[in-house]
Amino acid sequence: MSTNLQSEPALHVEELHKSFGDIKVLKGVSLTAKKHDVISIIGSSGSGKSTFLRCMNLLEFPNAGRIRVHGEQLDLSQGVEQGNSKNRQNQIERIRSRLGMVFQSFNLWSHMSVLENVMLGPCTVLKRNRDSVEVQAKALLSRVGMLEKCHMYPDHLSGGQKQRVAIARALAMEPDVMLFDEPTSALDPELVNEVLLVIRELAEEGRTMIMVTHEMRFARDVSSHVVYLHQGKIEEQGPPEQLFNAPQSEHLQRFLSTQY
Amino acid sequence: MEWFEYLSFGNNGWGDELASGLGITLSLALITLPIGLFLGFSVAAASVAKKTYPRLIAFTFTTMIRGLPELLTLFIIYHGVGLLLNKIIKWLNPDAGFFELSPFVAGIIALGLVFGGYSGEVLRGAWQALDKGQREAALATGMNQLQIFRLIELPQMLRLALPGLGNLWINLLKDTALVSVIALNDLMRMANIAVGSTKKPFLFFLTVCLTYWAICIFFEWCIARLEKRANRGIRTS
Amino acid sequence: MIEVLIDYWPKLLDGMSMTLKLTFISVVIAGLLSLPLAILRRSKNKAFQWPIRLFVSFFRGTPLLAQLFLIYYGSGQFREELTDLGVWWFFRDPFYCALFTFALNSTAYQLEILRGGLQAVPYGEIEAGVALGMPRTLLYRKIILPHTYRIALPALGNEIILMLKGSAIASVITLLDVMGHTRRVFSQTFDISVYFWAALIYLMITTLFVFAWRLLEKRLTRHMCYPVNSKLPAPKALNTPKETCHVN
Repeated sequence: MSTNLQSEPALHVEELHKSFGDIKVLKGVSLTAKKHDVISIIGSSGSGKSTFLRCMNLLEFPNAGRIRVHGEQLDLSQGVEQGNSKNRQNQIERIRSRLGMVFQSFNLWSHMSVLENVMLGPCTVLKRNRDSVEVQAKALLSRVGMLEKCHMYPDHLSGGQKQRVAIARALAMEPDVMLFDEPTSALDPELVNEVLLVIRELAEEGRTMIMVTHEMRFARDVSSHVVYLHQGKIEEQGPPEQLFNAPQSEHLQRFLSTQY
Repeated sequence: MEWFEYLSFGNNGWGDELASGLGITLSLALITLPIGLFLGFSVAAASVAKKTYPRLIAFTFTTMIRGLPELLTLFIIYHGVGLLLNKIIKWLNPDAGFFELSPFVAGIIALGLVFGGYSGEVLRGAWQALDKGQREAALATGMNQLQIFRLIELPQMLRLALPGLGNLWINLLKDTALVSVIALNDLMRMANIAVGSTKKPFLFFLTVCLTYWAICIFFEWCIARLEKRANRGIRTS
Repeated sequence: MIEVLIDYWPKLLDGMSMTLKLTFISVVIAGLLSLPLAILRRSKNKAFQWPIRLFVSFFRGTPLLAQLFLIYYGSGQFREELTDLGVWWFFRDPFYCALFTFALNSTAYQLEILRGGLQAVPYGEIEAGVALGMPRTLLYRKIILPHTYRIALPALGNEIILMLKGSAIASVITLLDVMGHTRRVFSQTFDISVYFWAALIYLMITTLFVFAWRLLEKRLTRHMCYPVNSKLPAPKALNTPKETCHVN
């Protein structure tokens, strides 16, 4: 069993379908993230890349498909919202707690200090001891360079600082996979780098990460694998050198030519 | 100096009577507050429900409460609920005597309904003003609905609703004066009684006004402090 | 249920006209008083500021019923003095006293609303007027006041409804408005349904008022939703300069 788990991919998504009303946003997308993978999802706006990411931790419920996190299968066949049993709800919460999410608009809890933001998840969801959580939270905050500000409230921070706190908050759950949803899109240009620096460090220490991004240079530098999404389908994927240097599909070629 | 005597405590003055009336006024308001607030939360929850029925009920309720004079609501409760209770009692036990709803209870029910109707609107507004991204962040951390409500949404809702609820509390305090009309021995009615025997209406009604004024100013000050506390960490322009 | 209405509808109708009269007159008086007071309240002169602040705080911080008693019954304590002054006829009459109280009360509330509205006028728009060399009165008439009233309109509507509901208190000093007649009918018949008819009348008046007020708001705030709602083609708006020129 345990050897089996070792070889299991950290996150495995198969044939996801999602539509909003009549509009089909995802038309059967699959993705596998092995341990230590850094996968970038690129594509023009409206290609469904954010929806894809949000389906992975069920912030959007896919209409069909399968999701497996570290060997635990989540069956989506019956439509999640109907099957609202306690067990199922617990499973969803457990899976979410193992996927760390970083949002485009930070979504820090505005009534809590920086430190409380980082500590809340481990204390309430994982029910860990407050003191040990505090030690760990402070260590994480110091890693993202936010320790001095740990008693400040989110409203008093710059965008870049907020995003670094949000990353620490996600890390505090010790997730199997980190999901980044355009983490730098809402930032002023001069603040982008401080956040990318933190993400790059995480990639280099071998964290499993999936990120939706507009930063092509960055995606090329840090990713082990790049996925190009076009109109709800994976049009092309592969190692970054291949995708960025020798794009095959016409759409990707055109997309890349507008990015530089 | 003569005025001072009228307001003194003891056998000659009306100070102790007025003070006991003030006690009734304050306890009426304090007992009504949690009941009205509970009702307000229920109304707010119903008005943002996905199903149509609860929404319709909440809408009808708030429209009625906002459209009816508080005095009329009070009379409807005092006479109407009293009548209804008597019918029920008669039906259960034909030999039972006439049961009179106490003005205090009628006041609690009526003012509670009023507070519930208005605070329901305030709380619904606060709920709708919540930043939905923060709920998502909590979901993504794996919190359950109860945790999200208790730890993320409720504290922020209360902050947003505080000015509105503070206003309603002041209104509630002032509305308690209405209950004197159905013969509750509150501050207002004690003053009325005092006027009846002393023929000094201006003195006593001025005293009543000044007392209410002092209470309102005190609570306004409290609310301002609460707001300041609740808004720590929130940048205001 | 219906009998009470058949027997007593003229009384309820009579009460309705009294309720409307009380509300309308006091709200209009308050409307006229509140604007100059609100402007004075914003002046830097403490001699204006403080009395107005006290006035507003007192009338907002005490029950309307207590205010009414203070003026109607309280004036009785000074009957001789008031007779000498030649104003006793006014204070003797419950209708005038109710009007007086309600008008003062509503002035306090409307004043606060207008003060908020005045504060919310974007300073840039005033500056733009100043830059054009507008004199102060013109500035108020063309820029500040239109803006203020548009901002204050919803709150003023609410205040009028509160006054309408508050006017039921007049029944306590024997005035026969809707509430007064209703209480009298109930004491004669002990028929609870008269309260429901009264409720219906109040609900009807408030609903109609809300509806009318919304129309007014829509008219006065047309410029804010112009591209979305208006079915008129854009140039046509320019043909009615009278209503649109002060907007910009």
